[in-house]
Amino acid sequence: MSPTPTRSLIPSTTAEAVAGLRRARTRRWASVVTVLSVLVIAVFVASLMIGQTFYPIDEVARVVAGQQVPGASFTVGRLRLPRAVLAVLVGLCFGLGGVTFQTMLRNPLASPDIIGISSGASAAAVFGIVTLGLGSTGVSVLAIVAGLGVALLIYALAFKNGAAGIRLILVGIGISSMLTALINWELTRAAQWDLQEALRWLAGSLNGANWDAVIPVLIALVILSPLLIGQSKSLSITQLGDDTAEALGVGVSRTRLFVIVTAVGLIAFATAAAGPVAFVAFLSGPIAARLTGPGPSPLIPAGLVGALLVLTADLVGQFALGTRYPVGVVTGILGAPYLLYLIIRINRSGGSL
Amino acid sequence: MTVPTTVESTAARLRRSTHVRLLWMCAALVLVVALMIASIMIGSRSVDLGDVLAALGGSATGFDQAAVAKRIPRTLLAVCVGAALGVSGAVMQGVTRNPLADPGILGVNTGASLAVVIGIASFGLTSASGYIWFAIGGAAITSVFVYAVGSLGRQGATPLKLALAGAATAAALSSFISAVVLPRGDIADLARDWQIGGVGGVTMDSVELILPFLAGGFLLSIYCAPGLNALALGDELAAGLGQHVGLTRALSAAGAVVLCGAATAVAGPIGFLGLVIPHACRLLIGVDHRWLLPFSAVTGAGLLTASDSLGRIVARPAELDVGILTALIGAPLFIVIVRRQKVRSL
Repeated sequence: MSPTPTRSLIPSTTAEAVAGLRRARTRRWASVVTVLSVLVIAVFVASLMIGQTFYPIDEVARVVAGQQVPGASFTVGRLRLPRAVLAVLVGLCFGLGGVTFQTMLRNPLASPDIIGISSGASAAAVFGIVTLGLGSTGVSVLAIVAGLGVALLIYALAFKNGAAGIRLILVGIGISSMLTALINWELTRAAQWDLQEALRWLAGSLNGANWDAVIPVLIALVILSPLLIGQSKSLSITQLGDDTAEALGVGVSRTRLFVIVTAVGLIAFATAAAGPVAFVAFLSGPIAARLTGPGPSPLIPAGLVGALLVLTADLVGQFALGTRYPVGVVTGILGAPYLLYLIIRINRSGGSL
Repeated sequence: MTVPTTVESTAARLRRSTHVRLLWMCAALVLVVALMIASIMIGSRSVDLGDVLAALGGSATGFDQAAVAKRIPRTLLAVCVGAALGVSGAVMQGVTRNPLADPGILGVNTGASLAVVIGIASFGLTSASGYIWFAIGGAAITSVFVYAVGSLGRQGATPLKLALAGAATAAALSSFISAVVLPRGDIADLARDWQIGGVGGVTMDSVELILPFLAGGFLLSIYCAPGLNALALGDELAAGLGQHVGLTRALSAAGAVVLCGAATAVAGPIGFLGLVIPHACRLLIGVDHRWLLPFSAVTGAGLLTASDSLGRIVARPAELDVGILTALIGAPLFIVIVRRQKVRSL
């Protein structure tokens, strides 16, 4: 919400100046989206090619086109392709969901992974793995239901003469520490085998990705993301403050509830498939906002940044370091310094995104 | 000094006569002693009072008296750690003038955890006497960092900024913890046990180890209590009353960090106690830190002892670690406090 920088040359009319500025921003937005898309495709292709065995691009292309290639069909088609697709989808979901919360609550630190929205899904999944001994489908269903339930609980507890954003953040922090305690309790009771699985799940990992895990995330993304992007205008207006937004004809409470349910849906499905990949939801929005500059909606760029982050971090985690780290550890380590930089910058300037 | 009329009613409501304070203090002390005895009697094997007294007298014949001998260090540690966390929370709330300050919320516990996990992984620490310096160092660095980050900007350290800075720092630090622990399967169990606060399975050595730190931290905090009262009026007014604001703040924060770091070193991260206790105490005996700090110590000791005993009852014959129980009890109270505040003052 920073005011536009003062221009040295004075335009003939204000309207012309505003229109020119808007065109420039739209051009910048479009070029950022294009560059990000190209990058996502490039890393996607690279992650299909790179691995224990290197396959040249023409073999990969033939596998993707559906032809049988000895060796490559299994490695690329059955192992690397679902993994890379899941990475893209999960990244898109986290990016979209995260930036929605950051925009709505007007605070880049208020991303779902920090204010406890995603800890409901984690607690439920650990409970499913350790206590109920569920398989992966059961864990996913439980995680989705609990993710939505906890998010609505946080919303309900923060609701008092309208849900103030500040209260939502603080209530979320409280709920998340409670859920962390529950997760820890489950972990102390876990058998050795379950413990390994639960820890891997909690770190966020794409190991063992297959098409069964990809399909639900894809469906959720196809249904929910258009709904969310359709709300982007109201969302930008709520950034002006609740009263101003109401005056401009946006039903703030209604928009907020709708947007929360949609964004949490995206995050819950992604978490159910890959675990809470640390900091992706948190990082994507601010990075995208810095790339596009103020003005146009950061939703789509944030989704692309998320996809790029997850793809790259998974590639780095698998091959660039000595041990094979799950993707969540890599994003966590990458994210931590940026987080600190961001907190310092925001607190100093007092601005949003 | 004249009190402005707008706060007069609040001030009157929060002022307590010395009689009332003494009465509450005695009641709390009696309660703590009762809870300590209960904590020694309760467990997977209940012991009757006669055996407790016999065991306290030094006799160690029979199962029951052996069980008592095991439970005494645990109870003493619960008392020490509870007192330390209660005072630490009260001081942090006073220093930051922030109703939501707590070692757990501010991420100080996670900082201590990370330091200890690094100590275990890289320096081969195995004993509490090694942990304690790492824990205090980690707690100190984290609290200075979170406070510095949270107080940047125009309005200084608002509760919201501090809580978010703490939560975000804690999230970042836990990523580092998993990066340290994941490739080292051999220490995963040790580190996991350590990440959950509990007072089970301790010996008298741990109690003796932290006593000097607790005594030092407590004396420092009490020494700063009048200064904290002045700080509550705002920095300018405190300076006008002759307080050296920076020095008072640094000294009392050092006391709080030593208390919470030492407690974390032996008992692991125990959250929310430091948040809840000072709020409850302020309701009972008022806002004067000279009374608030000792009273927080006594009630904190009582609450932790009670939680520890409760953890042994609800999950019998297994135990529920006290760190989990305090979070389950404390988080709802945190939400109540958040809901009671007006949005403007958050």
